[in-house]
Amino acid sequence: MVGLATVFGSGAMTNSIEEIENNDLIFVIGSNTKENHPIVALRMIKAVRKGAKLIIADPRRVPLVRFAHLWLQQRPGTDVALLNSMMHVIIKEDLVDRDFIINMTEGFEKEFLENIEEYTPEVGEKITGVPRKKIIEAARLYGRAERAGIYYTMGITQHSHGSDNVFSIANLALMTGNLGKENSGVNPLRGQNNVQGSTDMGCLPDNYPGYQKVHLPAVKEKFERLWGVPLSDKPGLTATEMIFEAEAGKLRAMYIMGENPVLSDPEVEHTLKVLKGLDFLVVQDIFMTETAEIADVVLPAASFAEKDGTFTNTERRVQRIRRAVKPPGEAKEDSWIIIELSRRMGYEMNYANMAEVFREIGKAWPAVAGITYSRLEQGGLQWPCPTLDHPGTKYLFKGGFPRGKGRFTVVRYRDPMEMADEQYPFVLTTGRQLFHYHTGSMTRKVNAINRVCSEPYIELNPDDALSLDIKDGQMVKVSSRRGSITLKAYLTEIVERGVVFIPFHFREAAVNKLTDSRALDPLCKIPELKVCAVRIEKV
Amino acid sequence: MKKRMVRCRINDIKVEVPEGTTILEAARAQGIYIPALCYHPKLSVTGACRVCLVEVDGVAVVSCATPVEEGMTIITNSPYVEELRRDIIDLILSDHPYDCMVCQKAGDCELQELAYFYQIRYPRFSGRKRSYKTKDGNPFIEREMEKCIQCGRCVKVCDEIQGVCAIDFAYKGFELKVCPPFEKDLDCEFCGQCVSVCPTGALVGKDWIPKGRQMNIKQVDTVCPYCGCGCNITLHVSRNEIIRVTSKPDTLNEGWLCVKGRFAYQFVSSPERLKKPLIKRNGRFEEVSWDTALDFVAQRFKEIKDKYGPDAIAGLSSARCTNEENYLFQKFLRAAIGTNNIDHCARY
Repeated sequence: MVGLATVFGSGAMTNSIEEIENNDLIFVIGSNTKENHPIVALRMIKAVRKGAKLIIADPRRVPLVRFAHLWLQQRPGTDVALLNSMMHVIIKEDLVDRDFIINMTEGFEKEFLENIEEYTPEVGEKITGVPRKKIIEAARLYGRAERAGIYYTMGITQHSHGSDNVFSIANLALMTGNLGKENSGVNPLRGQNNVQGSTDMGCLPDNYPGYQKVHLPAVKEKFERLWGVPLSDKPGLTATEMIFEAEAGKLRAMYIMGENPVLSDPEVEHTLKVLKGLDFLVVQDIFMTETAEIADVVLPAASFAEKDGTFTNTERRVQRIRRAVKPPGEAKEDSWIIIELSRRMGYEMNYANMAEVFREIGKAWPAVAGITYSRLEQGGLQWPCPTLDHPGTKYLFKGGFPRGKGRFTVVRYRDPMEMADEQYPFVLTTGRQLFHYHTGSMTRKVNAINRVCSEPYIELNPDDALSLDIKDGQMVKVSSRRGSITLKAYLTEIVERGVVFIPFHFREAAVNKLTDSRALDPLCKIPELKVCAVRIEKV
Repeated sequence: MKKRMVRCRINDIKVEVPEGTTILEAARAQGIYIPALCYHPKLSVTGACRVCLVEVDGVAVVSCATPVEEGMTIITNSPYVEELRRDIIDLILSDHPYDCMVCQKAGDCELQELAYFYQIRYPRFSGRKRSYKTKDGNPFIEREMEKCIQCGRCVKVCDEIQGVCAIDFAYKGFELKVCPPFEKDLDCEFCGQCVSVCPTGALVGKDWIPKGRQMNIKQVDTVCPYCGCGCNITLHVSRNEIIRVTSKPDTLNEGWLCVKGRFAYQFVSSPERLKKPLIKRNGRFEEVSWDTALDFVAQRFKEIKDKYGPDAIAGLSSARCTNEENYLFQKFLRAAIGTNNIDHCARY
């Protein structure tokens, strides 16, 4: 999100899910949409059946490839080279949108052009492994489209150069004018039900609600007035930095609500050790997660079906959730717990209900000031929605970007932090699969799901398996420089030779024992969960 | 591109529709009910069940597959078509298990509803009945193929909407059936789109049985708790338990769901849910009251804040929680603790 916010001034999906079916070109990069955003994929299939072209760039043969006109199988971590070489062709063949570049953007100049000049399709092929002919074809398809939409997820962001990847995607959309109009744009698909909402609400170390910067005096004063207390203007720690600061003894206590960083963060053993070393750890969750197990206090929370409130989906749509059942035992809504805790800390928060909390959010952040619980009874509303008679915003940047002009960024290809070598000859990439969700704390409690997918596995190309003498279903030991896990081999041509994939849902073979917590994107500090080097042995 | 309009009369009402509109669509747009079993507004036309017959200039035609033509005179409820429809429904029922008493779909079954409207207590026709000995072993979808009326909606939704083609028609004549390749057990994405369009009890959720049908069910509209698509779901609740999840057709997800949204709700009532606040004493968790737990947490946070300053405390918030909860959580860290150390691990 940091990437998009830098170049546009706002980081969110620019278009709506319903607009997908009117794209004439869909470019999916680093997103296994059919498994991870199944309903978005249905719209893509619908668009293809209506005549849209579909390009997929992914190191794995993801299920949506079946519907694609063109599949670019780039090596993990080489997206910048792929995108730059596509842009090289687009500029060479004059498929750029000159009017848009002149009127709406800045930075389409010497340094940018010289950099792109280096990435010929030949250079692209050498770095990415994608044949130059396919790079050229993809560039022409995208460059000639009238309503092109780009869709990406963690396959783009979870890299030590994740922000660079996002900048490259933005460059591509900017030079072809595929922004600020209906049915074309740049669309990060959000992985969890309310990621969009939790960032919107200011659960970020440098942002108050609505992406208002904590270090700006005017913003600070506004929130001091709203909340009636003096506030800190020092930006806080990111999730990854928290672990480092805790290790250094500077961070002494943590309050974790509904997250399971032990399993979802890189280097499980390291996270465990650091969190155990805290003076005080409070975990609030619906299950005894791996993180809750090491806490000093565990607070039982209500699930989504047991409370009122709103979620904001990937297309910025604020929608009501409603209490359907009573929480089990003495479990309480997270809001109740926070309010009670705050009172005991000497800071009163008084709200009659969640609608009142939302009204306060509207005061803090004008983009949702027009959204009320009574309006939401008629269906969701997409922010920005500043006034009570505003219909909500279907697509962003109509008539301009929040930061003024869209900015081109010079992006040079960098190798991933860790490359395959003799000792660790395979590139490991991680992700989710259809039947399970995240660290599995919900889906692994569902019997039917466990019957179709009950255990961890590693996807391995049959040719690689042959040379290692590994058979389908055999147990293998997978090791990186940081640790090792044992799990079943699943032989499949979904992955090409030299690349392996492990889903991260399984605590008994936690793939994040292998990933590297120190390979971070310099800008947004996201860890490189999509590329690390591993070795595979029979056990 | 504007389509040419064509005019017709339906039951003596003058109707004008864009060229290509079927009689069924034109009638339904006027609020005129024509029964249909294979027709589905989001799928291509099948024209298999023949229940939607209407009379056009004295001739019976299939209204779901016939476009309106200029000057047509259409009657949807003449004694002639009503009798034809009754016979067709009667024929379908002649090869249908009469087990509405225990059928999961009772009260929400399109065939049962037609039998009710046409008051068909017992079928007039007799003959062979299909029976399938083996049941499908998949864990999500109960397939009771004796109840299949071969409308083809499931086959179409799996192909046209889901793009999976896990099932199709096999064999011919009386042996005709819908099945996965080689009649194996279903092995698909288990989205359950087929279940959502099945007009009878042939396809239902395995977990639905026998948790409740239509009586004393509370329906609550909410949003799916899994990925960021934000699919609208309806929770069906009986005795404080979610017994079924459905989705309405006029939502951003058009009524379609994935395996998690439709079938993975059991975690809510899992016996493993946390039910009491816990404090770790001597390495073991002990159940305590809310007052004890909250007082203890507040006291420890205060001690640490006093000793090391507010920036020695940090909070991780959740992409699973609501906007309101996330807002309150960051407000707590910023206003009550006094630090900006707040993040959540899925923010990228």
